[in-house]
Amino acid sequence: MLDTTREIEVPEGVELSLAVAGLVSRSLAFMIDLIVRWVGLGTVSGILEYLGNFGQGLFLILVFVVEWFYPVLFEVFNQGQTIGKKSMGIMVINDDGTPTDWSSSIVRNLLRFADFLPMLFGFGVLSMLINKDFKRLGDLAAGTLVVHRRKIKEEKLSYEEEGLAPKISLTLEEQSAIISFAERSSKMSVSRTHELASYLGPWLEQDKTKKNPENEALLLKRMAKWLRGHQ
Amino acid sequence: MRQEEFEDRYVNHWKKFEVQINLAEALKLNKKKGEHSLKGFADNYRQLCYCLALARERHYSPLLIHRLEALVFRGHQSFYQKRLGIFQNIFHFILHGFPQAVRQQANFIWASSALFYLPLIVVFLLMLVFPDMIYMIVDPGTVTSMENMYDPAAERFGTERSSDSDFYMFGHYIRNNIGIAFQIFAGGILLTIGSQFYLLFNGFVFGAIAGHIYNIGYSETFFSFVIGHGAFELTGIVVAGGAGLQLGWAILSPGVYSRKQALVNAAKSSIQLVYGSIFLLLIAAFVEAFWSSTHMVSANTKYWVGGIFWILVIGYLTLLGRRKRLGLTKGSAHGS
Repeated sequence: MLDTTREIEVPEGVELSLAVAGLVSRSLAFMIDLIVRWVGLGTVSGILEYLGNFGQGLFLILVFVVEWFYPVLFEVFNQGQTIGKKSMGIMVINDDGTPTDWSSSIVRNLLRFADFLPMLFGFGVLSMLINKDFKRLGDLAAGTLVVHRRKIKEEKLSYEEEGLAPKISLTLEEQSAIISFAERSSKMSVSRTHELASYLGPWLEQDKTKKNPENEALLLKRMAKWLRGHQ
Repeated sequence: MRQEEFEDRYVNHWKKFEVQINLAEALKLNKKKGEHSLKGFADNYRQLCYCLALARERHYSPLLIHRLEALVFRGHQSFYQKRLGIFQNIFHFILHGFPQAVRQQANFIWASSALFYLPLIVVFLLMLVFPDMIYMIVDPGTVTSMENMYDPAAERFGTERSSDSDFYMFGHYIRNNIGIAFQIFAGGILLTIGSQFYLLFNGFVFGAIAGHIYNIGYSETFFSFVIGHGAFELTGIVVAGGAGLQLGWAILSPGVYSRKQALVNAAKSSIQLVYGSIFLLLIAAFVEAFWSSTHMVSANTKYWVGGIFWILVIGYLTLLGRRKRLGLTKGSAHGS
């Protein structure tokens, strides 16, 4: 339950690790959808009221469609995302990572009724807490998965200094840790960057350092630059 | 190869592929426009997967790996999406697929029928002996409203309902009846218990009401009203029940599969029955709203038409869709 990533192997032989969405983000998405539905139906009912009984009949059909098929239409046509899911940055996919199709989406959304039983999504929550992929009953039957959609920002290593070769040879993990530090440093506060870098102070003991954390961070970044292959 | 060299070499490829993915995602809704620019999508996708594998193997930075993973994921989603051909296949499904599915799952359909019709008949017969039993099953308020609804002396039976209120009832029946069918289906995943409960419950109530109406002598208005759409509605409910039973049974008795896999398989197959049940219930709602309530025809005509509806439904589910299978076997016989 602590590890929320799930590996999916694609036919091309590589593995994707996806972050499975948990109870809270999914509940919030559901509530947002609920509000969207209410507001939408409320607006439409106001308009259809002028059409008398015919409008009322039309409204009831609309209520039926929205009640049962609102998530289906969004999941099929909007890349697995209802409005609520989109705002929470989560999406529905099939177990094998492919997009949801009609039948899997309809199954998971019709079975929402069983998840709701005995009250307030009792079975659904129970099932999500027992299952390591946070699947409710509908997900189990439909073979679907709700995952976080990763947002990727491209980070440029934008410092002027030249690359610097480390004095001792580093293992791959160590190299990757240093590069990762450099790539993420623009997202961290300056003091945090320095704090992290200072741990490596003794190890970094190269001629230019004089126990100055600013220097240490800079050294690490330069090293990262060298490790990435910048000459 | 160092990471930077690697990125420099392939970054243009990735950018190009990203443009293609954006295009593919935009094209998903309105097809056929500009398909030519997706040329080489598969090759690019495969190369991207290769890059990701290399980047992992060489322990390039996590950021790069995440970036590639996100791209591969989007590419995977675009590349392996299924055709969304539900509406093109709808006629084929109605003419062949649905009756075939019903016959394939005949056991569940029979079980579901038994769960619905047996209590219905038993309660109806009991009602003839113990008329007061109605108040144990249905609350008095509902009983009174039923009595008013089917009272032959009621004024409104003399006058025809306007067509727009017919449409109102149509909407009401769709929402109500198909909703019930969905509930019966969904309840099945709870080890069939939900489906059983709703089938038995509906059978009890229906039997009790029918018995009560018979006892107080309102038979003609009630049965002439019910028989027409009943053919579609009761069958639709029973089919949805069968679908629910199939779902739950897969968990109880998974056979050679794991319970999880058996459930997924059963869901794929039983959803066909649910589609069919929607089809039947749509017809039922239409008939109930526009035919069953009409007073322009005599009760006798309604019995006749209702009888024909039943024969049609049973004939439809037992006979249709067989010829295709024959044709296929013929074809294969020719082939060999």
